[in-house]
Order: sequence, then C-alpha cells, then structure tokens
Amino acid sequence: MSERILIARESRPSLRRGVRLQFDSARQRWLLQAPERIVLLDEIAHAILTRCDGNVSVAAISEDLARQYAAPKEEIERDVSELLQELADKGYVSA
Amino acid sequence: MTHPAPPLAALFELTHRCPLQCAYCSNPLALTPPAQELTTAQWQDAIRQLQALGVLQVHFSGGEPAARNDLETLVETAHRSDLYTNLITSGVTLKEARIDRLAGAGLDHIQLSIQDTDEAQADAMAGVKGALARKAAAARAIRAAGLPLTVNCVIQRRNVARVAAMIDWALEAGARRIEIAHVQYYGWAIPNRAALLPPREAVDRALAVIEDARERLKGIIAIDHVIPDYYAARPKACMGGWGRQFLVIDPAGDVLPCHAAKTIPDLRFDNVRQRDLASIWNEGEAFQRFRGTAWMPQPCRSCERKEVDWGGCRCQALKIAGNAAATDPACALSPAHARLQALAGVTDLAPSPLLYRRYI
Repeated sequence: MSERILIARESRPSLRRGVRLQFDSARQRWLLQAPERIVLLDEIAHAILTRCDGNVSVAAISEDLARQYAAPKEEIERDVSELLQELADKGYVSA
Repeated sequence: MTHPAPPLAALFELTHRCPLQCAYCSNPLALTPPAQELTTAQWQDAIRQLQALGVLQVHFSGGEPAARNDLETLVETAHRSDLYTNLITSGVTLKEARIDRLAGAGLDHIQLSIQDTDEAQADAMAGVKGALARKAAAARAIRAAGLPLTVNCVIQRRNVARVAAMIDWALEAGARRIEIAHVQYYGWAIPNRAALLPPREAVDRALAVIEDARERLKGIIAIDHVIPDYYAARPKACMGGWGRQFLVIDPAGDVLPCHAAKTIPDLRFDNVRQRDLASIWNEGEAFQRFRGTAWMPQPCRSCERKEVDWGGCRCQALKIAGNAAATDPACALSPAHARLQALAGVTDLAPSPLLYRRYI
C-alpha cells in the first residue's frame, strides 16, 4: 500500500498521469481534467499549477508568485501548500 | 433564442454486448442488437461534433465497450480532439496487449467494476464463472501500463457486508479511487429490486465502514460513495440536472439526457444519424422537456433547492409516482415518498432468484 503524499516546502509537485491542465476554449477558462472529474481553476490555482512541473519546489513556486502578485510570501506559501495538499489527497498531484 | 450552456461530458454506450449478465445492469430491458450499432465513422463524427460543442470528457461504456474492435480507434479520435478519455469496463476480456494499445491510443483513465470480493457471489451476480480473477489480472495490466485506475463496486444486499473487503481489493489493485455505488433502480434492477435492495441497517453499517476508511486512508485512496435514493430524504441532482452537463448516446445513436430516459414512454429522442448534436442538445425535445426549472410542479417550483438538485430523477418519478413530471419520490416533500420508503421496507428475507440480463 502506498503512503499519503505530504506536501512540504521542499516538495517538487507535479500532476499525476491522468490529470492535465487544459484551456477550455468553449467557456474561455482554465481547468484541470481528472478521472471522471473536471476542476474549475481560478487565476491563482492556475498560476500555481502551471509551475508544478516536478522540478520546482513549493518554496520556490511561492516566492515566484509572491513576487508576481506583490503579496506576503508566508501567506502565499500557505495557500500553495493547502491547494497542493488537497489535490494530492484527491490523487491528482504527486511530489 | 439563447442556447443552454454546452455539455461537459458525454457517455457513449458503444454496444449492449457484454460478457456479463449482471442482474442490476443499467441497460434497458430491450437491448440493442449488434447489427443496429453505430459504425466507427458515425462514432468518430459524434466525437468531433461534441468537441466543437464544448464537451470535455468522453466516457466509453456499454455493455462492455471492449466488445467493439474499434475501441482503440475511437479513443484515439477523442484523444486527438483534446477530449479526456475514460473507459468504463468489466475488465474480463481486457488482456495486457489490448490495454497497452489503449494506453498508446491516448486513453486517460480506466474505471473497472467488480461485483463482489467473494468469488462465488461475484459469479452468481454476473452470471459467469471466474470473472473476479480476470478482473484482478486486468487491474495489474492497467497499473503496469501506468494508467490511473478507479475501482467501481455496485452495492446490493448480497455484498453490502463486504464493503471493507472491497476497499482492500481496490488498494491491492493499486486504484487511486474507489466508487462505492448502491444499485440505482432502473433497467434490469427493477425486476430484481426485492432481491437487491439491502435492509436499512446494512446500509448504515456500510456507511460507518466507509466513513472510517475515508479518514484512515486519506491521501492513499479517494472513496466516493453514492447512497441509494430509497434511503434518502432529498433527491440527488441526477446527471447534474437534466440537459445541463451530460448526454448519453446509445448503441443505435439515440441521444439521451440520462441512461434511463427511454423508460419515459412519451419522450421522443433524436438520433445522430438524422440530426447534428448541437441542435439535438440545444433544441431537441427530450432535452428541452425537463431542462431548467419551468417544468417543475409544486413544491419543487418554490423550493430553495430547485437549482441544487434540479428536481432529481425523472425516471424515478415515473416509476414510483407514475408521472415523469412529478416531484422525485426520493424527496421527503413528495406525496409519493412514503411509497418509496415502503418499497425499501419490503426486501425479501429469503434470497430471491435473479433475473439475468440477456438479449430477449
């Protein structure tokens, strides 16, 4: 049996097989295609997930986003970790 | 005229052929003979039309979709149209080489169903011998091909006590998700209802097992659970609402708002051989009939949940209340709710013989 994936600062998250980011041209929005599910993404969730390529750490993703949105780094890192943990628990993200 | 929002997903009943004969099969009692099935080119045309209409996911189902030799071709067409592709299969005829070909064609995910974890009981429900071992082999090949797997278990009174074992089976199979779904009482499940409907206490015990497993296995396997309408107080948003998100194309090309819609006798269905899918979805009579909230009777029409459950299930309203436009009897506010509860109370104490699905 596998273990639960826990998202930490040094985790390098990526989307698992069977999960992909897609721009929905009919509705003009980004979404996550997953097994028998479609997850609608807001701007922040999309910005986080485009950076999840398995090479960049949660800490680095958060720093990048904090710079881009001129927001406090701790707050962003908390949001990023929460979202990725939720998606990891659904089986959509590995790290 | 403004068009309704485009559908998100389409389910293709590619064929009604199936190696299993499950007594709760959701296919209609009048199965489509193979000679009337759509051709490869007709399914491919439907895929392209749906992509243009805004559909995002295609579920290949049946019957057993692997009974179609062109399954790989259809998966590839959908994949190239940027659609998410899901295969809903019994797994009993899926060999390693075929699974590899499907993965190569761009298949995104497989949902594999099991009838039971007790081999004799699984055989008795499916009407065949040795299906479970073949499903386990299919699961291994699916994981070896790297494809994500969901295990689907259909719950009824003969297996409701083995929910914990089903979760273990799914873990062992390497599934990321398990769907524990009570039989929905349409199709072949209606004549078998008294033999299939579990007693309330058994449903409650299974629920407790599921709650515990969800907590214990968080992040290891996702557990989805669908409770039977017969024990509910509020209806489910059947298909996410009639004509709102979902359409079904049956083996002969009829386009349905839900799998069971053909049980509603005065509803007329368009066929992909005669009409394009955009106009079927936007203006087709079957889709318009119960779309939105204007068709609703009271108390639905003034209910604060009317855009939550969209009136629930029309086929159940017909079956239990005798009118497809009535309030879903799963709702405690329905005048027919007591009738549904009474049916739930009359499960047989002695096991009834099962009526197996077959071509009649």
